[in-house]
Amino acid sequence: MNRRRLLLAAALGGLVGLAGLSRAEERVIRIVAKKFEFNPSEITLKKGEPVVLELTSEDVTMGFAASDLNVDVEIPPGKVTVVRLVPDKEGTFGFHCDVFCGDGHEDMGGRIVVVAA
Amino acid sequence: MAQAFDRRDFLKLAGLGGAVFASGLAGCAGMAGAERDEFYFVQLSDTHWGFKGPALNPDAAGTLPKAVAAVNALKERPDFIVFTGDLTHTTDDPKERRRRLAEFKDIVSKLDVRTVRFLPGEHDASLDRGEAWKEFFGPSNYSFDHKGVHFVALDNVSDPAARLGEAQLGWLKADLARLDPAAPIVVLAHRPLFDLMPQWDWATRDGKAAIDILMPYRNVTVFYGHIHQEHHHMTAHIAHHSAKSLIFPLPAPGSQPKRVPIPWDAAQPYRGLGFRGIEAEVKKPAYDLVEFPVKA
Repeated sequence: MNRRRLLLAAALGGLVGLAGLSRAEERVIRIVAKKFEFNPSEITLKKGEPVVLELTSEDVTMGFAASDLNVDVEIPPGKVTVVRLVPDKEGTFGFHCDVFCGDGHEDMGGRIVVVAA
Repeated sequence: MAQAFDRRDFLKLAGLGGAVFASGLAGCAGMAGAERDEFYFVQLSDTHWGFKGPALNPDAAGTLPKAVAAVNALKERPDFIVFTGDLTHTTDDPKERRRRLAEFKDIVSKLDVRTVRFLPGEHDASLDRGEAWKEFFGPSNYSFDHKGVHFVALDNVSDPAARLGEAQLGWLKADLARLDPAAPIVVLAHRPLFDLMPQWDWATRDGKAAIDILMPYRNVTVFYGHIHQEHHHMTAHIAHHSAKSLIFPLPAPGSQPKRVPIPWDAAQPYRGLGFRGIEAEVKKPAYDLVEFPVKA
C-alpha cells in the first residue's frame, strides 16, 4: 500500500490509534466483513509492530470491536475503514461485530493473536 | 405445583433495600395483602418469539404461553407488566418480522392485567430502526408515573450500533428535570446501560451519558434484559438488575470464551428461564424482585 492510497483510505474511512509512526513501516491487513463472518477471522500481529487494518463490508454496516485493544469502529459498505494500531501487549484478543446485523450477529467475530516481536 | 412466597422469603439485596424471591412458573402464589404505599409489577424479557432451536429450547413455542399463564396465576394482580425487549427473534424478512410481532402481541393479550408496557430489543428493532416494532407498540421511549414512582423507558436498540443518541439523551434530561433529586425513578431498557461485557456486546455505546444524567437523582433503579440471566450491579448508588430470558439462558459474563447459549437440559427443563416480580416500597424506596423459573 503506497502513501497516496493510505491517505485516500484514511479520508474515506477513519483513523484510529494514530501513533505518529512512519507509514512506511506499517503492514496492511485487509479484513472483509459480511453476514455473519469476518475474513480472515484470525490475524496474527507482532507486539510493537505498526499495522493498518483495512476493513470493508460486503453487505450492511458492520462493527469491528476489539475492546482489549481499544478498537471500536463501524464499517459502512462501499468504503474502506482504516484502523491503525500498534499492539502493546502479547496475547489473544477477541473482536466482534457490535452493529446488529441479523440472525447470526451474535456469532460474528474473530481473534487477534499478538506474538512477541 | 404452586410455590408460595411471602416477604419472609425475600433475599435482601445488599445496599438496595430491595429483595429477591422466586416462585414456580407453573403456578406461583402471590403475596399476602399489599400494604399501603407499595405496589407490584412484573418484568418479562427476551421472549424471542419465532426462535427455532430445539437444542436450546424444544418448547420455544410453548414457553411464552406458559409464562403468560403463570403471570395470570399470580394470586396478587400486578399493577402492570413490562416486557424489556427482544419480544421476537430477529428475521431479515420484514413481513415475517411483523408476523412474529403480531403473534407475540396476540399471545400477551391474554395477560389478565390492564396495563402492559413494552420495550424493543435489538432482535425486534435493529434491522429496521424500530419501524415495525413501533407500528405495533408505539413510541419506543417514553415515561410514566405510577404511585409516586417515575418510570422511564429507554430505547438503546433501534440504532443497530446500540446508541441512545443525542436526541433521546436530551429527552431524558428534560424528562427528569421536573423531578426532585430524591424522587424514586425506575429506568427500563433492553441493553445494560453500563459496560457489563462489551466483548459480548453487553453494553450501550453511550450508556454512560445516560447514567451521568441519572446520577444526580438519589433513588434510581434500572431494570433491563438482553443478557438472558439475572445479574445485579451498582454504578455508584444506581442499581442495575437484569432479568432472565424466556427462551434460553446465556452464560455468566466472562465465564467462558464465547457467549454461547446454554443448551436445554432435559433433566431440568426450563432451567435458567423465568420472569420477575418487583414489589416497590415507595416510601423507602425499595424494590423486591421475584425470579421465576420455568417448569414443565
